[in-house]
Amino acid sequence: MESNELIVCRDAALGYEGRAVLTGLNLSVSAGDYLCVVGDNGSGKSTLMKGLLGLLSPMAGSIDRAAELKNGAIGYLPQQTQAQKDFPATVYEVVLSGFLNQKGFRFFYTAAQKTAALQAIGKLGILELKDRCYRDLSGGQQQRTLLARALCAASRLLILDEPVTGLDPAAAQDLYKTLRYLNEKEGMAVVMVTHDLRSALENAQTVLHIGKTSWFYGKVEEYLQSPEGRRFRKEEQ
Amino acid sequence: MNLVQMFSWPFMQRALVVGILVSLCAALLGVSLVLKRYSMIGDGLSHVSFGALAVAVALGVTPLYFSIPVVILAAFFLLRLANSGSRLGSDAAIAVVSASALAIGILVISLTTGMTTDVDNYMFGSVLAMTETDVVLSAVVSAAVLVLFVLFYHKLFAITFDENFARATGMRVELYNTLLSILTALTIVLGMRMMGAMLISSLVIFPALTAMRLFRSFRGVVLCAGVTAVLCFCAGLIFSFARSTPVGATVVAADLILFLLACVVERLRKKV
Repeated sequence: MESNELIVCRDAALGYEGRAVLTGLNLSVSAGDYLCVVGDNGSGKSTLMKGLLGLLSPMAGSIDRAAELKNGAIGYLPQQTQAQKDFPATVYEVVLSGFLNQKGFRFFYTAAQKTAALQAIGKLGILELKDRCYRDLSGGQQQRTLLARALCAASRLLILDEPVTGLDPAAAQDLYKTLRYLNEKEGMAVVMVTHDLRSALENAQTVLHIGKTSWFYGKVEEYLQSPEGRRFRKEEQ
Repeated sequence: MNLVQMFSWPFMQRALVVGILVSLCAALLGVSLVLKRYSMIGDGLSHVSFGALAVAVALGVTPLYFSIPVVILAAFFLLRLANSGSRLGSDAAIAVVSASALAIGILVISLTTGMTTDVDNYMFGSVLAMTETDVVLSAVVSAAVLVLFVLFYHKLFAITFDENFARATGMRVELYNTLLSILTALTIVLGMRMMGAMLISSLVIFPALTAMRLFRSFRGVVLCAGVTAVLCFCAGLIFSFARSTPVGATVVAADLILFLLACVVERLRKKV
């Protein structure tokens, strides 16, 4: 593994209970990368995500993570759950919980972590919502809160699972802008699973298209020339 | 009769101590359980606890020593069910476990001591049920529950709010879920004989629901649930003594009144 590589998959196979969903997966994410994972429903996008997060070990091949990611220092933005919709918690409480993986055997947050949480909230422009209740926020504000929490958990890699689902177009654009800022200005590597192909292609550097029969992994420009990409362009016209 | 006289009875002192400790524990754990959609687990555990109690009495062993391990085992099992597969399947499974435990308990009682007032006491609770040993055991276990809750407060928040994120960032979610279910099991066993098998789960659910109507932060909800639970228990105990009503039902009625008030307050606030 090279020094700036964060995650490397070599010929990895992922699946459940002995049945592989994805095989022959080769992929590498380095610092500053912006990778979008697209594909049809049921093609194995969520399985791939679990593999990258380390929740699923490969059945064959290998998935290596940089040492700094090993203790769960991954900024993960999961899909919202039903329970969260009416959850009584302030934005600040939710963001602080991003630090839990760094606490080790300590039971409470340090002053430095509290300051860093406020910084993360400020970075996402929701400082004035700090004491508001999570369930009273709009979808876009909720995603910003969860993104701030992810920033507390990790400084080098963000993994996002369908982040714009349920957002109105303006809020979705805002979120993309924030991600691009984090990617370009802070050197944060971004891996995003998404249905929103058009915006993904505007923002990402690399694309992983998982099809039922075919695969594509490469630069955005190459993707548009590939059979998978051409199908997309046809749909656009 | 004034309060001093009322609490000069040893059984009332015991009931007060155990009741306050148990309702506090139940309320704190209840916030997590309700938010995680595990309310039914509390109900299932109380029925298992009833079955275990009946068997313990039939065997002539101290009820708490027997029911605590049985209910903890049931808690493991129910949590497994709740986390596995479809919500409908686990709901049905919890209902099956509850009904079976209840049926076994009633069968055991009717085959041994016969259906006496004991059954009534187990079902609906009795303020006289607390012995000296129970008080000591309750105090020790409740203290343990409170200490563990405070120490793991932030972790319990994280697994309640977002299990997926917690798991991805390397937290041992199963461990904390198990901790939560063991603490719940202990609380339910301790409170069951005073509150009754049918009513104990309301101690878990009501305070959390009331607090969620009134507060916007997790910490606020937890604190409010604790205070609500203790207040309702004390009010219920005093009223039940004064008017000779069963303590469990009276406490639940107090919880219900406070919950309805909280709903009204929430409505009014939204209008402003």
